[in-house]
This record gives sequence, structure tokens and C-alpha cells, in this order.
Amino acid sequence: MSSIEFRDLTVKFGRRTVVHGFTDIVSSGEWLGLIGPNGAGKSSILRAIVGVVASSGDVLVDGSSMTLRSRSRRAAIAAYVPQDPLMPSDMSGFEYAMLGRAPYVGYFGTESRHDRAMVGDVLDRLELSEFADRKLGQLSGGERQRLVIARALATEAPILVLDEPTSALDIGHQQQALELVARLRNDHGLTVISAMHDLTLAGLYSDRLTLLHEGVVVASGLPEEVLRAETLAEFYGVRVTVHREPDGTIVVIPRRDAFN
Amino acid sequence: MIAVVLSVLLGAMIGPAGPVWWRVPLALIDHLPMISIDSGVSEREWAIIWNIRMPRVVLAGLVGAMLSVGGASYQGVFRNPLVDPYLLGAAAGAGLGATLMIAIWPGVGADWPVDPVPAVAFVFALGSVAITYLVGASFGGMRTTSTLVLAGVAMVSLLTAIQTFVLQRNSDVVREVYSWILGRVSTARWDDVRLVLPYVTVSGIVLFFHRRHLDLLRVGDDEAVTLGVPVTRVRLIVVIFATLGTAAVVAVSGLIGFVGLVVPHMVRLIAGASYRRVVPLTIAFGAVFLILADIPGRMLTAPAELPIGVVTAFVGAPFFIVLLRTREISR
Repeated sequence: MSSIEFRDLTVKFGRRTVVHGFTDIVSSGEWLGLIGPNGAGKSSILRAIVGVVASSGDVLVDGSSMTLRSRSRRAAIAAYVPQDPLMPSDMSGFEYAMLGRAPYVGYFGTESRHDRAMVGDVLDRLELSEFADRKLGQLSGGERQRLVIARALATEAPILVLDEPTSALDIGHQQQALELVARLRNDHGLTVISAMHDLTLAGLYSDRLTLLHEGVVVASGLPEEVLRAETLAEFYGVRVTVHREPDGTIVVIPRRDAFN
Repeated sequence: MIAVVLSVLLGAMIGPAGPVWWRVPLALIDHLPMISIDSGVSEREWAIIWNIRMPRVVLAGLVGAMLSVGGASYQGVFRNPLVDPYLLGAAAGAGLGATLMIAIWPGVGADWPVDPVPAVAFVFALGSVAITYLVGASFGGMRTTSTLVLAGVAMVSLLTAIQTFVLQRNSDVVREVYSWILGRVSTARWDDVRLVLPYVTVSGIVLFFHRRHLDLLRVGDDEAVTLGVPVTRVRLIVVIFATLGTAAVVAVSGLIGFVGLVVPHMVRLIAGASYRRVVPLTIAFGAVFLILADIPGRMLTAPAELPIGVVTAFVGAPFFIVLLRTREISR
């Protein structure tokens, strides 16, 4: 269980500022969904958490700064699931999930029996044992995505950082992967921060949504507060209908202009 | 391990002069400490085995092991299967250094305790890689390996151009330079072995201990960072030690091509792509490969010698193609 606090987080690429002073607190066990058009700065915020891009300002986990911790400590705090993971086709599923144990292995060390058992257990729980000896190149997109989540889980990090985790999957596998994250979050009390394109799915799984536009937060709150037709029209430049199901689910439906 | 011992024996048994082949293992056993058997090998024959064949076999083994593990490591840190240990200019630099010594200061140091040609080749090899790395890293911000690879390509072209120019102005030494460049272990003495052994040992050990990092780098720099890997430092350390060993073996054996590229791929085809297996296996397999490649070199055109670089390509290329093909079929 870990909370994460952003203090004036700013990310620049050269002279271009892509995130302007992002400030927010994600409480322990919460799922924060970052939404916004392409280039809004969602990925940059996520990548700043895990230290892949340089940033100013601060990211604090449980009150202490991420930048002050060692590289492997950071890796053991926040696990990253990238948008388009590079998965060597000749690596086995087990080898891939085992990479998640890297933060716990000394520089010259190798994984212990405990590490191997732990990875085996993670694969078991995610029902991925049958893929342990298979090569990644032989697996489908959905199976590979679940292995990426398995790798993230193997780090035992209390914070899960998901960057468009399902954008390459069909609707069934999107749902399967997100359900898996939701279940793991419940079981392990994980704090989740995700960037998502599909607004309906974002609203369905996140406790809270933050809408970014050109690196600035323009709306934040419960899904029904953020997912409003006027707001989306203003920042995405789209015509949508926002429909509310009887059970409270918010559905964002794209509209076409009538041609006749 | 067994293959290494067998190939060493085979290498020691075969040659134009010397005792009957089957007496060689007996003689070697006879010379082990605290063992005495009658091998029937005369003192003179033993001298051929110990002072001519053995250093050659051991040097071939060291060179093969180093070039192979260097190639595998380079392929790992650059995430590029087409890379060999000469990528960043180690071979071109050594070639230029040797050419300069042979062409411009011929005979210098003939009475020195250390042969200056390999020494200068070694320094030039290290210098070239250092320049390539600094240039590539300063533009690429260490994030992209492709700038480093391209800097290597430019550096190799530049060095080769200078070397060609020097050769063209000194055409009388072309033959001597080429015989150096084509690579040989035939004139090996125990001195050569002593010269490269420390570099190969240190490089081998360091690279061996980075095999897990090479596996982590396979998922890309960014993801490796999120898994806690100090990517830039790992890449620098691996390049430094792979280069150090490569420069040392190139300095004594010339440019033996093909080994650093093909041996790692043979190992991958047989044992899978994980660097945990690839790194130790390339060390053993590379040693065996070059010891065996050296044997036809002294047999086919005996008593003349075929350059070992010619043999590695001539034997290695078809073997590699066959291996690729059988692998493809079995899939």
C-alpha cells in the first residue's frame, strides 16, 4: 500500500515543455486514470515516475522522494507496463517474467530459488503457467500483455504504472487485461496510475480521472464529472454523446454529422 | 568443456612434423605432475609438441573465445544481431597501427624485448574505439545505440581510408601488411599466449558477470531502466572490456573475421538466446571453433600455411548456412 504525490512535476523535451507543473495526490489503493488527446503529456508523467524521462519538481511515494532512492529501490516501488513493450521473440515466458525480479538481484548476483518460486507462483496465479516454456514470438498479443503484467507483478511493486496497456488488444482482451489489473489491485492493495485512450474503459476502471491538455490539467474528478460531452468536445475536438447506463457506467459514444 | 579438451588434443596431434599422432596424448599425460608413463616420444618431438603446437593451439583457443564472447556482448549491448567485436573500430584501428609500423618504421624495435607492431596495433585499436564511443555518445545522448553504431561505421571507413593511403604510398610492404591483417596463429609462441592471457581472462570474467544484464537489455533501454538497470554504465563496462580483450587478441593474431559474428549465432541456434547460456557457451565454443579452424590451415597446403581468417570464413559460412537451414526445418 503506497500513496503517490506529484509536486509541480514538469517534463521538458529540449525547449518544449510537455508537462506543466503537474500536482496531484493518488491515495493508497486508488486507481487514477489519465486521459487526454495525443501529446497531452500522459505518457510523460508516467515515464517520469519510473525515471525514464528527466523531470523537475518531485514525485513522492509514501512521503519520500523517488529521486533520492536508488535505481533498484525505485524499480521495486513502481512497476511499469509500457504501451508497446519490446518482447524478444526467442525469450521464454518464464525468462520474461523473471526480469521483474531484477530489482532484488545484486549487481553480480543471479536470481535465487526464492525468486524462481515467486515467478512460478505469479504465473500460476495469472494462469500463465502453460506459457512459461513457450517463446514470446509464439504467443498472441493478449497472452503477451498478460506476461507483461506478470513481469510487473513479479517486481512486488506497490504501484503499477500502466501506459496505454491495452491499446494493441481487441475488446475482449482489453477487458481481460484490465479485469486482471483490477483483481490484482484488490488482492494486493496496489495503487494504479494508467493512461488510457478508450474513455469508456477509463471511466469504467478508474476511481478518478484527470484530463490533460497540452501538459496542463483541465479537469479532474470522478468519471461522471470529467466525462461530459462539453468537456470532451472542448479538449478532444470531438462530437460525442455521453450516455449513462442504469448501473452508473458511463459510455462515450462518438457521433457523426448528418450528411443528408 | 569436454569439447575444449578434445579439440586441444586434436590440435596438438596434427602437424607436418613430429611424432605419430597417438603418442601425443600419452606424452601430454606423461608431463602432467606426478604422472609418469612411457609415451615413446623423444625430447625433440616433445619440443615440437610443447613449443610449436601447444602455444598455437592455446592461442587459437584464447583468440576464438575472446572474439566470440566479445561478439556476443556487442550484439547484446547494441541489440543488433549483425554486430561483431570490430564494430567500433577495434580491427580497423589495429590494422592502421600495424600498417604504420610496418610501412613507415620498418625494422624498428627488432632488438627490443617487446615486438612493437602488436603493441602499436593494440594502442590504435583502443584509441579508435574510445574516439568512436565519445563521438557517438556525445550526439546520441547515450539513449540510442544507433548513433554509436553509425559513428563506428564512419570511424572504420576513415581508418581504412588512411590505411589504404599509407599502403598505396608504400606498396613494397603490401604483402607483409596483408599477411598480418589476414590473421595467423601459426607463429605463436608462449610469449604471445602470456601477452593476451591476462586481457582475455579479465574480459571473459567481467563479461561473464554481465550476462544477466545483457538479458535485461534485450527488452530495451527504457524498460531496463524501469527494472533498475544502470543501462549507460552497463553498456560502457561491457564495451570497455569486450574491446580490451578484442584489441589484445587482434594485436597478436591479426584480423580473424567471422568468428565474433557466427559463433554467438551458432550458440543461439543450439542453446537459445538467453545470455546466461550464450556468454559461457560462446567462450567454450569459440575456443573450439578456432582451434579446429586452425587445423585445415596447416594441413591443406602443407608445408605452406593458409591464413586462419580464410579458413574461418570458408568453413564457417557453409556450416552456418546448414545450421540455419536445419533449424528452420525443425521448427
